[in-house]
Amino acid sequence: MKNNDIILEVENLKKYFPIKKGLLKKVVGNVKAVDGVSFSVKRGETIGIVGESGCGKSTTGACLLKLTTPTAGSVKYYKADGEVIDILTADDATLNELRRDIQMIFQDPSSSLNPRMSVRDIVAEPLRVQKIGTKAERTERVRQLLRRVGLSDYQMNRYPHEFSGGQKQRIGIARALALNPKIIVCDEPVSALDVSVQAQVLNLLSDLQKELGLTYLFIAHNLGVVEHISDRVIVMYLGKIVEIAKSDDLYQKPLHPYTEALLGSIPEGDPRSKKKRVRLEGSVPDPSNPPKGCNLAPRCPYAYDICRNEEPPLRKMDEDSEHYVACHFAKELRLYGYDDLIKKMEDDDKVDDNKKDEDNK
Amino acid sequence: MDKKKILEVKNLRTYFYTHEGVVKAVDDVDFEIYEGETLGVVGESGCGKSMTSKSIMNLVPKPKGKLEPGSSIKYYGLDEVVDITSLSPRSKEMRSLRGNEMAMIFQEPMTSLNPVYTIGSQIIEAVRLHQGVSKEEAREIAIEMIRKVGIPAPEKRVDEYPFELSGGMRQRAMIAMALSCNPKFLIADEPTTALDVTVEAQILDLMQDLQDEFNTAIMFITHDLDVIGEIADRVMVMYTGKVVETASVDEIFYNPKHPYTKGLLSSIPKIGNKEELVPIEGTVPNLTELPKGCYFAPRCPHAMDICREKMPPTFDINEEHSVKCWLSEKEGGSMNEE
Repeated sequence: MKNNDIILEVENLKKYFPIKKGLLKKVVGNVKAVDGVSFSVKRGETIGIVGESGCGKSTTGACLLKLTTPTAGSVKYYKADGEVIDILTADDATLNELRRDIQMIFQDPSSSLNPRMSVRDIVAEPLRVQKIGTKAERTERVRQLLRRVGLSDYQMNRYPHEFSGGQKQRIGIARALALNPKIIVCDEPVSALDVSVQAQVLNLLSDLQKELGLTYLFIAHNLGVVEHISDRVIVMYLGKIVEIAKSDDLYQKPLHPYTEALLGSIPEGDPRSKKKRVRLEGSVPDPSNPPKGCNLAPRCPYAYDICRNEEPPLRKMDEDSEHYVACHFAKELRLYGYDDLIKKMEDDDKVDDNKKDEDNK
Repeated sequence: MDKKKILEVKNLRTYFYTHEGVVKAVDDVDFEIYEGETLGVVGESGCGKSMTSKSIMNLVPKPKGKLEPGSSIKYYGLDEVVDITSLSPRSKEMRSLRGNEMAMIFQEPMTSLNPVYTIGSQIIEAVRLHQGVSKEEAREIAIEMIRKVGIPAPEKRVDEYPFELSGGMRQRAMIAMALSCNPKFLIADEPTTALDVTVEAQILDLMQDLQDEFNTAIMFITHDLDVIGEIADRVMVMYTGKVVETASVDEIFYNPKHPYTKGLLSSIPKIGNKEELVPIEGTVPNLTELPKGCYFAPRCPHAMDICREKMPPTFDINEEHSVKCWLSEKEGGSMNEE
């Protein structure tokens, strides 16, 4: 029924890192970096994953390519011809082939490029590994790729240290494109870049998507960047998905208190408007010892007893929506969207928190 | 303006003498900061924003870095005006200024807190050094400060080591230390860049609340314009060691004059606006190979012939708004006497 528009299906993905202690390295507990994550990615869309550090967004990305072996779960890749491959159980040969279709762009361009390889070798490496083309053909492909990402092909023989951060990220993108992938996992691709350069790279990614029909899984902590580039957004907290929705719905009609708090925490650039202070208390709990019940309960301003005892499942809000929330009170709570949080200076006086408390009763 | 001036920086030049040539990290920077206000300093990496703050704290790395003759940094917080450039970095006067009168918060709290001392003992050290109180009193002050910055259970936390605190808590501890002697002037160098959004919001609230309470002047350095919009009163935009635009925060966002400022503003993705971003072309030039004329000219969409020939002077648009751009001369800005 869905084989044609779904490209990647993640089910109940778990990645636990054991905590070992003592002489015998006995496992005394687990850091549940990713704890039962399920979502699907549609062909050609950009799906964003946001969350704070330690929420498991990068680990999720790494699991999709099996860069780290998940503890449990399944990741199904639907090829265009209808073939389905389970990435996690695939043998090495299949996996190798699969990585032609799924590529990755990393956060820190300085540490993800080998400083001792020339740009030509870096960009050609995936081709060489996959044994594609002759040397001359590969060089021609490198030329073409570098031009596509906005670099000059005469820079091909230079080394990474000769480039600025933004240019290095372009090299990383060229390398990811070398094999004509279908999906690119972008793990914080612009967070190490200066603002003016960040916009260049975001525009490049959008252009490439339009041109090549790519599917992006875009992992970032900057909510503005994610909103700009994503069709749908996944919000993660402490290894779990708390909300999935279309970008507009998520930012304007959030249904999970954590999403509301994230939106409330974005600094408001416009000096003529004032933003309501919606804040979470405290900080993210220790992932090796998550709280009982809902992970957010200890910090959540709306928590009731049930939240502290029972874990809310990720539920679809209604049949025809694409809005999934993991909150016991998703239907009852009336949360602020991004625009609701911002008050123009004129009606500044009316900004008070009482209204909200009444709404919740 | 009838507000009290706290700091005046004039013709500040901080140069580094390296093998590749002279790096003009800070090149002829002028500004003032008044009591109780927040001056936001924005710019990309390498624009000289951090080096400006280090120059003020007299912490420029020697021997490579040097303040050029003619630079002046005057501190007005004491009865007498002190020129920081005339003080030796290790002199008694400078030490009593640092911490007591002016303090600094850094980006990465883990590298600026000493890992082998407890949070409490680091704050107590500063308090005792500057206020000459007994150990017990200093401990009381430390606990009070830790409570003020919103760290729960301060009596317990005071005896913990930095590694026992989360990133946000560490930054709070840094703020507690910086504010423990009630400085009149605080430099915050990217204090929230390493933090998550929800924690960043908490820290920004905290800084604003503390400013309201103590009337501290804050110089807030960041590359994040959204943060600037949230907390600054006035903004100074820097590019390659020079101040290119200074104005009230409202003017910067609603009436920016310098093409670089405009470029920065159009580069940030805004929530609810899916239009394509308009980035600034090219990258920040290497400080040892600066172009002739205006340093921004090669990236500037409005560059004229004169821009590639001559560095523009600073033009005053109005009392609070000045721009270093030839375009502003055309628009009738009056030349600032230098």
